[in-house]
Amino acid sequence: MTVNRVQVVENIMNANDQVAQINRQTLDQAGAFSINLMASPGAGKTSFILKTIQALRQDFKIGVVEGDTAPVTIDADKINAVGMPAVQINTGGECHLDAMMLKAGLQQLPLPEIDLLIVENVGNLICPAAFNLGTHINLLVASIPEGDDKPYKYPNIYRGLEVLIINKTDLLPYIDFRMEYFQQGVEMLNPGLTTFAVSCKTGEGIDAWTDWLRERMAATRQV
Amino acid sequence: MHELAVTESILEIATRHAQQANATRVSDIYLVIGQLSSIVDDSVQFYWDAMAENTLCQGAQLHFKRIQARMHCQDCQGEFELASQLEPCPACGSFRLTVAAGDEFYMESIEVENTPEAI
Repeated sequence: MTVNRVQVVENIMNANDQVAQINRQTLDQAGAFSINLMASPGAGKTSFILKTIQALRQDFKIGVVEGDTAPVTIDADKINAVGMPAVQINTGGECHLDAMMLKAGLQQLPLPEIDLLIVENVGNLICPAAFNLGTHINLLVASIPEGDDKPYKYPNIYRGLEVLIINKTDLLPYIDFRMEYFQQGVEMLNPGLTTFAVSCKTGEGIDAWTDWLRERMAATRQV
Repeated sequence: MHELAVTESILEIATRHAQQANATRVSDIYLVIGQLSSIVDDSVQFYWDAMAENTLCQGAQLHFKRIQARMHCQDCQGEFELASQLEPCPACGSFRLTVAAGDEFYMESIEVENTPEAI
């Protein structure tokens, strides 16, 4: 018997990343701009999606993929209720969506009709950050009641973002949230990150976000 | 808590490379994990023992090499080791930082046994 050392040097997330690339090709071919929307449970992901749909529905067909750990269709039902196609992916207890799960979800949607696809990841600030899905942008919905220390506690999720939404700004008068401390944490992880402070309750800030999104979608289409 | 998926991936990569090397058994797996990748060694080990059973990797020892996170300051161009918590550049106080090291998460090598076929 002989013992040999075999050089490997292979990224552990390689298999996921390869499927993510396939997802991106599928989305590009269909002309669907896609967002991986992440947040902790209760940050207002579904409310934010509904507000975004409301603002853009005149101009775009919007599809939603709902990632949930349990077969509860509360979120998907809300999207269907406003007349947009939604599919639910049950992760079977897994704490995140991965590229393979999204690939299966994409097959259930009328992609060529869809201009904007929002993928609502599982509510969790740790695991989704490790799995590239192949979407065009990563977006995090943070919210005021979660506290201002979240960038310090969950650095990885902030590092991979293209857009940060700070939701529930209507609660600022009632909560000790130091915006400067929060934003300094974000700056250390992702300098110059595009950030929108919004309230899905009052609608404040939603227009600035959707204006940015319209431009971003147009820029992607021209490439 | 995504160590289950990660462990599956480790098994797949190690098995594939072992088969390519015509190995009869994998004895050791060397992994490099940066401080910033949120992987818990103990959880991976826990899943590993169950998952590797009845594969080429059964009984293989996992070795974790941890890499200290280092930040690069975009203002003074200095580098510093990241303590447990995020902090501004100790030299100039800037918040404009990028990660220089600590993101790693890969399999470096494996040790395999080859049993020559009986004549």
